[in-house]
Amino acid sequence: MDRGFSESVSAFLDMGGYAAFVWPSFAITAVVLVGMLVASLRWLRSTEAALAALQAERGAKRGAGEAAGEA
Amino acid sequence: MIQRFANPNRFMRLSAAVVPWMAGATMILGAAGLYLGLFQAPADYQQGESVRIMYVHVPAAWMALFCYTSMAAASATALIWKHPLADLAARSTAPIGICFTFLALITGSLWGKPMWGTWWVWDARLTSVLVLFFLYLGYMALVNAFDDPARGAKAAAVLALVGFVNVPIIKFSVDWWNSLHQPASVLKLGGPSIHPSMLAPLLLMALAFTTYYFWVLLVRLRAEIISGKIRAIRLRQVHG
Repeated sequence: MDRGFSESVSAFLDMGGYAAFVWPSFAITAVVLVGMLVASLRWLRSTEAALAALQAERGAKRGAGEAAGEA
Repeated sequence: MIQRFANPNRFMRLSAAVVPWMAGATMILGAAGLYLGLFQAPADYQQGESVRIMYVHVPAAWMALFCYTSMAAASATALIWKHPLADLAARSTAPIGICFTFLALITGSLWGKPMWGTWWVWDARLTSVLVLFFLYLGYMALVNAFDDPARGAKAAAVLALVGFVNVPIIKFSVDWWNSLHQPASVLKLGGPSIHPSMLAPLLLMALAFTTYYFWVLLVRLRAEIISGKIRAIRLRQVHG
């Protein structure tokens, strides 16, 4: 790799000597916001699945009731 | 107008259409803000590269106040007009707001150590934001503290409204008291005193955090409404 490029990458990562403060700030922000998002999406999926299961159960009972009524 | 959005069925249709737009906007604005903030914006002449912490710290702090204000407004709407979605909106906002408050405190600490020489000081700005964190925590504990969800919502709504007095205290704390924290440089009389090359990534990140809030809020509201439906079906099953 080009030496100038790797030097500029390490200068960027060094953040003028503040790497230990800058990168954790961005990393913690990313972890917390992505974590909140994923937890919310998972919760929504689980409620959707639970509602679908309940409705299928009710549909099956209703179907069974109608069949019994016809007989 | 409000009544039209109050209908949960209409809300479910509307939010399903809006969520992908909020998701897309968050990613595009966030990517643009990170690119400008990390690669294009200059280092500060006093603070050096550590000033880049601003691009996450300031939007997080703004959103901590924005979420609390939304939560208080939704709580007032719920108490006064018994709006069916207002309680759910307040309840769904609290966990997002506490995340932003936590981030404002942590990134502020990470910025304070190299610039002020300390992780924490008990001055007006930092202490009032810590109080905000505990207000969110109290709200979330109270809203789930009762067997009857309506009673929990009412008690928590009162707490949210009483605690709102803290929001202007946070905003003006840097003017009213001596603080290590610097005063406002964007939201102030006379316009922003910050260079456009730093203002652009700051505003892009703030917009990204705002669309993120609406994205997660809508996802959580949908989950709350479906949970309510499930509770109603189970109750009907129990009571025949």
